Amino acid sequence: MSKLLSVQGMSHYFGGLKAVSDFTFDVPEGVIYGLIGPNGSGKTTTFNLITGIYTPTQGRIYFDGKEITGRKPFRIVQGGIARTFQNLRIFGNLTVLDNIRVARHYSVKSGLFSSLCRLPRFKQEEREVREEAMRLIRLMNLETRAHDQAKNLPYGDLRRLEIARAMATKPRLVLLDEPAAGMNPRETENLMALIRRVRDEFKITVLLIEHHMKLVMNVCERVKVIDFGETIAEGDPRIVANDPKVLEAYLGRGGAGC
Amino acid sequence: MDKFNLPRLLITTVAFWLIVTLLSLDSVNILNGYVLVVIERCLIFVILASSLNLVNGIIGQFSMGHMGFAAVGAYVSGTITTLWLKLPPPDPGVWISFPILIFMGAIIVGGVFAAGVGLLIGFPSLRLKGDYLAIVTLGFGEIIRTILNNIDYVGGPRGLLGIPKFSSFTIICLFALLVIVLLRNLVHCSHGRAMLSIRENELASELCGVDTTRYKVMGFVIGAFCAGIGGGLLAHLLTLAHPTQFGFMPSALVLIMVYAGGMGSITGSIVAAFTLTILSEGLRSAIDYIPVFKIGAMTIRIGTEWVMVVYAVLLILIMLYRTEGIMGMREAKLLIIEDKQ
Amino acid sequence: MGTYFSLQQIINGLQLGSIYALIALGYTMVYGIVRLINFAHGDFFMFGAYASYGAFFMFNTLLSSYIAPGNLLLVFVLIGAMAAGACVAMLSNRIAYRRLRYKSKLSTLVAAIGVSMFLEYFFSAFPAIGPSPRGFPEVLPKVMWKIGSAQVSNYVVIDLVVAAALMTGLTLLVQKTSLGRAMRAVSQDKDAAKLMGINVEGIISFTFLIGGAFAGAAGLLAGLTYPRIMPYMGIMPGLKAFISAVLGGIGNIPGAMLGAYIMGMVETTANIYNSLLGEGIAFVILIIVLLVRPTGILGEKTADKI
Repeated sequence: MSKLLSVQGMSHYFGGLKAVSDFTFDVPEGVIYGLIGPNGSGKTTTFNLITGIYTPTQGRIYFDGKEITGRKPFRIVQGGIARTFQNLRIFGNLTVLDNIRVARHYSVKSGLFSSLCRLPRFKQEEREVREEAMRLIRLMNLETRAHDQAKNLPYGDLRRLEIARAMATKPRLVLLDEPAAGMNPRETENLMALIRRVRDEFKITVLLIEHHMKLVMNVCERVKVIDFGETIAEGDPRIVANDPKVLEAYLGRGGAGC
Repeated sequence: MDKFNLPRLLITTVAFWLIVTLLSLDSVNILNGYVLVVIERCLIFVILASSLNLVNGIIGQFSMGHMGFAAVGAYVSGTITTLWLKLPPPDPGVWISFPILIFMGAIIVGGVFAAGVGLLIGFPSLRLKGDYLAIVTLGFGEIIRTILNNIDYVGGPRGLLGIPKFSSFTIICLFALLVIVLLRNLVHCSHGRAMLSIRENELASELCGVDTTRYKVMGFVIGAFCAGIGGGLLAHLLTLAHPTQFGFMPSALVLIMVYAGGMGSITGSIVAAFTLTILSEGLRSAIDYIPVFKIGAMTIRIGTEWVMVVYAVLLILIMLYRTEGIMGMREAKLLIIEDKQ
Repeated sequence: MGTYFSLQQIINGLQLGSIYALIALGYTMVYGIVRLINFAHGDFFMFGAYASYGAFFMFNTLLSSYIAPGNLLLVFVLIGAMAAGACVAMLSNRIAYRRLRYKSKLSTLVAAIGVSMFLEYFFSAFPAIGPSPRGFPEVLPKVMWKIGSAQVSNYVVIDLVVAAALMTGLTLLVQKTSLGRAMRAVSQDKDAAKLMGINVEGIISFTFLIGGAFAGAAGLLAGLTYPRIMPYMGIMPGLKAFISAVLGGIGNIPGAMLGAYIMGMVETTANIYNSLLGEGIAFVILIIVLLVRPTGILGEKTADKI
């Protein structure tokens, strides 16, 4: 399996605070990879660095063999990496349909003129975008809500909408930031099935941050444990779970999620 | 499938145009010349308010120097037409002899210049966050006004005078319709959705692959273009262009229209533009009939400044009690392109 | 460097800077504590100028048998101006800003515009105050001295001394008192401060009080130094003071002082070349600051948690 994402020697400082320290890891293509660690260990910062929201103070990031360090977020997304957010970032006043359609925007070829004058090419593309968006909406069981304003949706639906929107950008790698946060056990089961489906059917590699140990153990094929911005352990989830350093990081700090 | 409402919008506009034109014919004279001018000013403010709504309401930025772009449009188009007037009379039938062509051309050129200024200003400024952007755009509006005040070629502090009165009701209607259709088409296409997403959550928008900087500048430039057109039309209605018409206070007035009507609602801007313009005119006329109060030794005369005091209070009240304005973010059926299957 | 850096210029620059500093402090404190650019702040300055005018006549007529124009009268008028500025600022906060704080930030900004417009147009429209400029009275007799090549009036001394005194007082308040500590806490994290038992709304109100009082004082000083006042006099100085605060680092008290004096000096110097440049230089500074170092000279980069 080729390395889809390759992070090398990445460090990031916020002023004097070291958030991420000398990170090196590879995500092979087609794998479901988990990134776990106590709160504040640098997981979301890592996501922000990979997606270009921050530029790492040191180190490089490669995606599909090409360097993406320091590129602007929208370019990285257009290049094939998508992400969801820990605190939902939905377009509240737009409909569910429109939320998804925004994610399809960058691949729309009709220019401004064509759109304003409603040329046939524009209408054709609008139809296509709409169909693709509805397909995703049906997949995510949001069909009944397709024309509702996103801000009126219940929490579980919103989480699925975020994932749907990320998938709409047609990524090769999707970064899920705590997708199971706030979900009950049944919803979590559905989510696990969904994540597997994302990888199996859509051939999207998944990198996820989670505190939900059950989800991590059942879904992830590889796992990396970090604390204070440094790697503590990496590899097969079952082996990592018994690693004494990992236990100390979690239990020794009265940690979360075990 | 998208139901295309353009025919309905066109019919409504033509009906409106027909009614007003017929009622203001000399033989009928139900609407006199003064009322016609008021309606024309309303339509121009529709153009100004809805173009500002694009920047403030749809993309979610905060531009406060909108009238600066109108000023550019007014002065550029005014200069073209006043120069044309000074040319020796050309042969009849040659394109250059038709005032209407010159006028339309001048207006468009004015819009293009305004768009250019918008690009110049927008590009560096739109990186800034809300509050700072407000101040910078305000500053640029003032700079434009100050520059115009100091260029003697276009009249300096006396203003650009002698602009021919080319703005007819028909032409103003036409441009207003064009701007509304333009904005409506823009909002209901992929590019428009990209802009809306920037307003909703800029970071998420960027993470959906939207080049947010490009779209913020694009919206800003389109807004400036339309404002330039509005300014040109205004100058050719009032037959003059003066720096004070385009300072902070007129910008604030257009801002009030956008907020009162509802951010992001083109219908709202239309309604508010009409309402507030008619209100100002009404108050201005009514002033002559209001008696003068005497309190002690002071005489309180209700002057035109009191109109602005009322507007200021109105703005505060809107913010306190109904931030969404009249329409909220909704649009009238006429302006929506049906989306449901 | 000849005439451009003469003593006179420096003195004029410091004088202008003092006035800007007092206004800028209000901007920066309010921004620091509630993240609001109070558009109406320049109009509090105007309000202070008119209040001084009124206070002067009131004290002059009431107490004319006891006090003649002079230092003592100045003190009374100063207190009046500061009180007026404080009142209008606190009222604006209470009526317009407080309720909107928990709604979007945009509505507070627009409300501030509304307050600004209201003050300007109301003063313009009200016949007793009226739209025409008024000459400011001589609250105390003007005395001119010669220092080197420069003409210095006692007004300059007053401007500098009053500004310095108020700024020192503020710095002491913020750094050395528990009230100042509370202010700093609220500006860093409102919720945490509330949990610590700090009366957050009270602190915010107090900040507006001080900001308004300083603006009022600046109004008096401006009335003395440039003795024409009119309802729109607050717009440009307000804008320039705001830019000064941004230059120094918005939210940062020493920054506002630094920025204001730099602005005062730069503007006075630019005015020699070209009055248009003098007017516009403030905006040029703003644009440069926002493009090159948006946090200002003394400002710190704040990282937002994403």
